[in-house]
Amino acid sequence: MNIVAPIKREMHVVHSRGDKVFRGIVTAGALTSLVILGLIGSFLFARGAQVFSQYGLKFITGTNWSSSMEEGIPSEFGMGPMLVGTIVVSVIALLFAVPMSIAGALYIEFYATGRVRKIMSGLLDLAAAIPSLIFGLWGIQIFTNFGQRWASFLGNRLGFVPIFNTISDNYGRSPFVAGCVLAAMVVPITTSVAREVYSRTPRELIDTCYALGGSKWGAIKTVVLPFGKSGVVGGAMLGLGRALGETVAVYLVLNLNFRYTFRILESEGGNVASLIATRFGESSSEELTALVAAGFVLFLLTLSVNMVASAIVAKTTRS
Amino acid sequence: MKVTTVSQRIESEGAVMSNTSAVLDTPEQAFAGLETRDAHAWFGKHHALSSVSLRFPAKSVTGLIGPSGCGKSTYLRLLNRMHEFIPNSAMAGEVLLHGVDIYGESVDPAAIRLKIGMVFQKPNPFPAMTIRENVISGLKLAHIKIDNEDDLVEKCLNRAGLWKEVKDRLDASGGSLSGGQQQRLCIARSLAVEPEVLLMDEPCSALDPGSTLRIEETIKELAEKITVVIVTHNMQQASRVSDYCAFFLSDGGPGVLVEADQTRKMFTNPTDTRTADYVQGKFG
Amino acid sequence: MRSAVSIGAVGVLSLVIVLFTGFAGVDGWAVTVFLVSVLLIIVRGRKMSVKERGNAKVQLFITAAALLAFAPWISIFGSVLVKGIVGLKLNFVTSDMRTTVPDDELNLGGALHAMLGSLLMVVMATAITLPLGILSGVYLTEIKGRFTFLVRFVIQSMSGVPSIVAGLFVFTTYVSATHGPTAFGGSLALGILMLPTVARTSEEVLKLVPDDLRSASLALGARQWRTTLMVVLPTVRSGLITAAILGVARVIGETAPLLLTAGSNTAFWFNPLKGPIASLPIYVFGMLQIGTEYAVNRAWTGALVLMLTVFALFFTARKLGGKDKR
Repeated sequence: MNIVAPIKREMHVVHSRGDKVFRGIVTAGALTSLVILGLIGSFLFARGAQVFSQYGLKFITGTNWSSSMEEGIPSEFGMGPMLVGTIVVSVIALLFAVPMSIAGALYIEFYATGRVRKIMSGLLDLAAAIPSLIFGLWGIQIFTNFGQRWASFLGNRLGFVPIFNTISDNYGRSPFVAGCVLAAMVVPITTSVAREVYSRTPRELIDTCYALGGSKWGAIKTVVLPFGKSGVVGGAMLGLGRALGETVAVYLVLNLNFRYTFRILESEGGNVASLIATRFGESSSEELTALVAAGFVLFLLTLSVNMVASAIVAKTTRS
Repeated sequence: MKVTTVSQRIESEGAVMSNTSAVLDTPEQAFAGLETRDAHAWFGKHHALSSVSLRFPAKSVTGLIGPSGCGKSTYLRLLNRMHEFIPNSAMAGEVLLHGVDIYGESVDPAAIRLKIGMVFQKPNPFPAMTIRENVISGLKLAHIKIDNEDDLVEKCLNRAGLWKEVKDRLDASGGSLSGGQQQRLCIARSLAVEPEVLLMDEPCSALDPGSTLRIEETIKELAEKITVVIVTHNMQQASRVSDYCAFFLSDGGPGVLVEADQTRKMFTNPTDTRTADYVQGKFG
Repeated sequence: MRSAVSIGAVGVLSLVIVLFTGFAGVDGWAVTVFLVSVLLIIVRGRKMSVKERGNAKVQLFITAAALLAFAPWISIFGSVLVKGIVGLKLNFVTSDMRTTVPDDELNLGGALHAMLGSLLMVVMATAITLPLGILSGVYLTEIKGRFTFLVRFVIQSMSGVPSIVAGLFVFTTYVSATHGPTAFGGSLALGILMLPTVARTSEEVLKLVPDDLRSASLALGARQWRTTLMVVLPTVRSGLITAAILGVARVIGETAPLLLTAGSNTAFWFNPLKGPIASLPIYVFGMLQIGTEYAVNRAWTGALVLMLTVFALFFTARKLGGKDKR
């Protein structure tokens, strides 16, 4: 037979005129989103770069934030205390939130029955929908009493530990209390993620534990917890992301003071978000740029935490 | 359309071409107007189909048979230009409808698909539409005006053998039917645009035997008016349903057309030993 | 552990301890009950095996911690309901604060202006972000063009913007340029927060449409744009509406960005470009800042309305989310 090599024609999908118009519109829409969101990112970056080139790393490490309106006296912008404050409050929140979330998730998934489980599940979803403002309202109006009591308990009994040391006797508006309120805000997210992960524990592994004569807690300890470890970490980071950027709840609960403090029971503190919220109104254009730079740093912080979180969560949902 | 002609690549295809394809004509009877000449298909670098030349007889059922993975479905998708939706796909040769290459420069692929319809393996009625809307969806999508909607819906559902069962619930959702009914709805949907050729890619493989038989009856009735090309794994189905058969085979390389003839002859007295082995169940 | 005797014993012991030690408040009770329960397990545990005792202790701990986790929300729901309903009179939803001072009695004044303000800004934000978000979703799933990675990356990144930073951005650009807070500025800030949510949900919903629907449509001779418009999008219609509702639910309670961009007011007008505008979150925030008794009451009522709205939105979204037929 005659072997003639075929002339290969690579194929592309043909677009009619209508297709081209449609694709144009859709692409324009997507690019608009891209441009708008990218614009914000680049704006923040530009201002951030501007301020960093002017103040260097002292912008992050410096302790003083003062805007000067007078000639000859330079303004000093150091967001260190606020950055630390953000992290301190968020860490306190996580320290409370993660154990409670794990317990909550375990309870719903393994200990609750029928109707109780449905109710708790529903409550969980509703709680995730509560705006942070309401957490702040509840925090300052209701929780502060409790928080104050616990903080004074800690302060009186464990006051020798440096972070629990206090100068004044006023505990109500401290990072500790703010951290508790943030914990309440973060728990719905982390509990949902934890529960999701725990529900995906392979049934056979759990059954094997029982078959070997283990108890419920034994099964949980040996199988469920290790299986869900990375998922819970991912959920915790999602919660951390939310706590880092939180403005109103902290603003309402905390007695704002822009100084370094590690005394978490003392009624003073702040975070970057409340710094911005407090100072934006009367700021000079110089200070405004500094605020934007501070916002940029905060954004980078939440962005990296969120990215790590979604990577972890994506990995666990894939398996 | 963007056709990039790649210069002849004899070397890379060398080993593959050793298994030459037979060029066969179907017996003289009315020609459907659909034929392929030396058709090839690639997925990226993988040469899936080699040199298939076939002329389809009109108003009949031609079955494409052969073991799985021999390129039958790929060949089918060459016939209505669905192959090109796969990224990095390529073809060679000609596919002619009434003498015009459907892959020509100025040819509108959507128009071709109106003339050459397709029914898929898994029934896929549009879930957001009612039964009635599903039937006429082809015309709406192609923006073709409908003169008498009710008549058309009844006619198509009748031809697909579904009218009696759904005539009282034309406004029910397309997804509310059983598997066999859904597939017949898809057939009705394809018929509404009045194609000359209907391609069917293993239309019964996802259905129960009862539905399968009913659809096979429908196919035989359809063939009185249009040309049907059906890919099937099931040799018994091929012998029940088709008037002509084309046997595809692959030895690990690209699929080739081994033999094509009247079904009766293919099953009782085939020319090629490979065909004889296959229809006797010695492999596949 | 479940017998009435145990519960009774726990109750009595706790009461005794609370009375004697003066542990105060709900938390005092909770701690006492917990400690007494532990004691009970240890005491009765002599009858059980080591393993069962351990199991019971663990169950107690986990239950306690879970209850602790749920307690704040129950407290919030309860307090918002109880404290907010006091001020939820008709005038709350029918009048504004033009002629009333926050300290007036609760049958004077209201939050109508705040609710309308929120409504206006949310509607404007949705009008901008819903089309853009859906178009982005369509681009990512149906067209998959050259910019796919970039678009997806930017949308993903920007969904983590802290709300205050979004507000700050609008403040330093738009608001400064137009000399002052406006409803439009507020809606811009809200839009920035909504857009990633709407786009991502749209993409997810569109990805769920099985490919063979598209194949069926194309094989019928439909062009690609008709396939998308007449087959794919209608199939996910309720999913897209859910995307919009979720976006709205997210931003309707946002306070921080509105502080910077929309300000506050005692009355409402329709012109989005003219001056500062009140919104429900800002109303609550402002009342709280004032701090007197009636003002705080108003804050609670506002919070009640806000929470009910958010729940209504989530409930609707949940109902709709299950309606798409596959």
